[in-house]
Amino acid sequence: MPRISRLFIANRGEIAVRIIRSCRALGIETVLGVSQADRDSLGALLASKSVVLGPAPAAQSYLKVDAIVHAAKATGCDALHPGYGFLSENQDLAAACLGEGLAFVGPSADNLRAVGDKLTARKHAIEAEVPVVPGGTIETLEEAQDLAERLGYPLLIKAVSGGGGRGMKRVNSPDALAGQLDLAMSEALAAFGDARVYLERYVTVGHHIEVQILSDGEAVLHAGERDCSVQRRYQKVVEEAPAVGLPDALRRGLLEAAVRFARHIGYRSLGTVEFLVDVERQEFYFLEMNARIQVEHPVSEAITGLDLVALQVAIAEGKPLPMTQADITVSGHAIECRLNAEDLANDFMPSPGRISKVWFPAQPGLRVDTHMQSGAMISPYYDSMIAKLITHGANRAEAIERMQQALRALVLEGVTTNADLHAAIMDDPEFQAGGIDTNYLGGLLARMSGGAT
Amino acid sequence: MADLTRDDIDDILRLIDGSDFDELKLQFGDLKLELRRKGAATSHALTPPDQPAKVEPSPPASQATSASPSMVPTEPVAPTEPAASAGQGTAVPAPLLGTFYHAPKPGEPPFVRVGDTVAPDSVVGIIEVMKLMNTVTAGLSGTVVAICAENGQLVEHGQAIIRVQTA
Repeated sequence: MPRISRLFIANRGEIAVRIIRSCRALGIETVLGVSQADRDSLGALLASKSVVLGPAPAAQSYLKVDAIVHAAKATGCDALHPGYGFLSENQDLAAACLGEGLAFVGPSADNLRAVGDKLTARKHAIEAEVPVVPGGTIETLEEAQDLAERLGYPLLIKAVSGGGGRGMKRVNSPDALAGQLDLAMSEALAAFGDARVYLERYVTVGHHIEVQILSDGEAVLHAGERDCSVQRRYQKVVEEAPAVGLPDALRRGLLEAAVRFARHIGYRSLGTVEFLVDVERQEFYFLEMNARIQVEHPVSEAITGLDLVALQVAIAEGKPLPMTQADITVSGHAIECRLNAEDLANDFMPSPGRISKVWFPAQPGLRVDTHMQSGAMISPYYDSMIAKLITHGANRAEAIERMQQALRALVLEGVTTNADLHAAIMDDPEFQAGGIDTNYLGGLLARMSGGAT
Repeated sequence: MADLTRDDIDDILRLIDGSDFDELKLQFGDLKLELRRKGAATSHALTPPDQPAKVEPSPPASQATSASPSMVPTEPVAPTEPAASAGQGTAVPAPLLGTFYHAPKPGEPPFVRVGDTVAPDSVVGIIEVMKLMNTVTAGLSGTVVAICAENGQLVEHGQAIIRVQTA
């Protein structure tokens, strides 16, 4: 595949700016496809060129495969980067790019198929001898009751086609099963057009740990793990790398399992294999593979010194990875805080609006990935992310301290943000001690609201 | 998102009339309003497709509409054709992104030429998206005063295809 000289970016927000950053450094021109609402965004200003794909609603712009591929071809692009979210794991887009001679900066449509459906991914994990959460699919209440008996409570009902926490229900006791099952199936049908669900054991004390994979189709390497246990309703809030308090044997097991999974499905590109670590049993289970660049990739970049977007582009150009596993070394500790325009006092409702003033300090060990500028609009049409703050320190304590400094120093006016929540997490002795599990944030929020009344 | 009412527009027009400015651009949220005094020279005719317009700091609507009534002139000068200045007409925007064709087939005469009269359902061009042809209609009545989109070239969503002087 020839060298990429002009790249179409089918995304928006901070990830569009992030991709443009690497492309500028690599000498690759960029064309950004934007919606009408984003035509004055930072990404549109920084890209070599931008084209308006359609009106503000994503379904009429960022999710239109035909308009995106047409725009990429008509503007003379030779490749397309899908970013994360939107069409990033859409097989039709990957296939359309292939059909039109555009290099897709992501895995093949076959790879996407292998991991796009939770059940298929789980089947591949079992074949690759990667442990999965005990569970299975069910179609009727009777089947669900039988399976639940064997798994034990609590358990989780998940939508086969689901993601991002939608369509998930926790069942604590046998008498709640029937009701929750009905709810999960109708939610799954409404949200994904697919009512199929499966049951699995619910891990009471769990760490969400994921492994960054890099593969050129021959070599499958990992860039260490990330701990994303600070979550609210399955949405990540804070991520860090490396994982804290992970025993060496467990870490080795996780990293090897991730590589084994990627190799088993013949994965080629950047990707992330997510695991749930069962703290009480000291076991880990495969959750899913994300076949794209992830929001939290900068923490891995901070501790390894790699430019993951540049490597992703190089893989799409058909280049072999320029390093071996031994060349990827981890240095220090990194933390990422997702700064969102949301109102904690109002159940984390998005609070769109215009940013009247924004300034991020140029501080040692701080990286800010953002599409904000004074006057920028947090539009109600898309996610409410404002910026990602990433601090890197010689150790975890230093990374936390730098995050505390950054949160105190930054200026952000015009919209309500979750900055106070991040400050509370960074100041919390329990977080500072490390090893918190996925229940942590719910507990902290309860403590915070308890203290306020 | 605030809805702009006819009254708001009248207020804004009165403000321009009472000012020294020939042109006003107002943008908040998704709404973009460009007003030009009749006969005034345009600073830049159209937004070039390659270059989305930059954000121009513009007053929020509340400021524009609640300005002092003393600025309202006694005799407003025909503020009835806000978007139309000499030879400009009203833009017919591309309803979707794609490749624009001015004729039904290569070599055939274009759907419309400058000077033609169009009705709302007159076809003014075709926009092709991945081999799918979409006809574009004028959506208003009047005389074609300019053909803006280039045949065979990419048009963005919302880009002006032609301009029509309404009667």
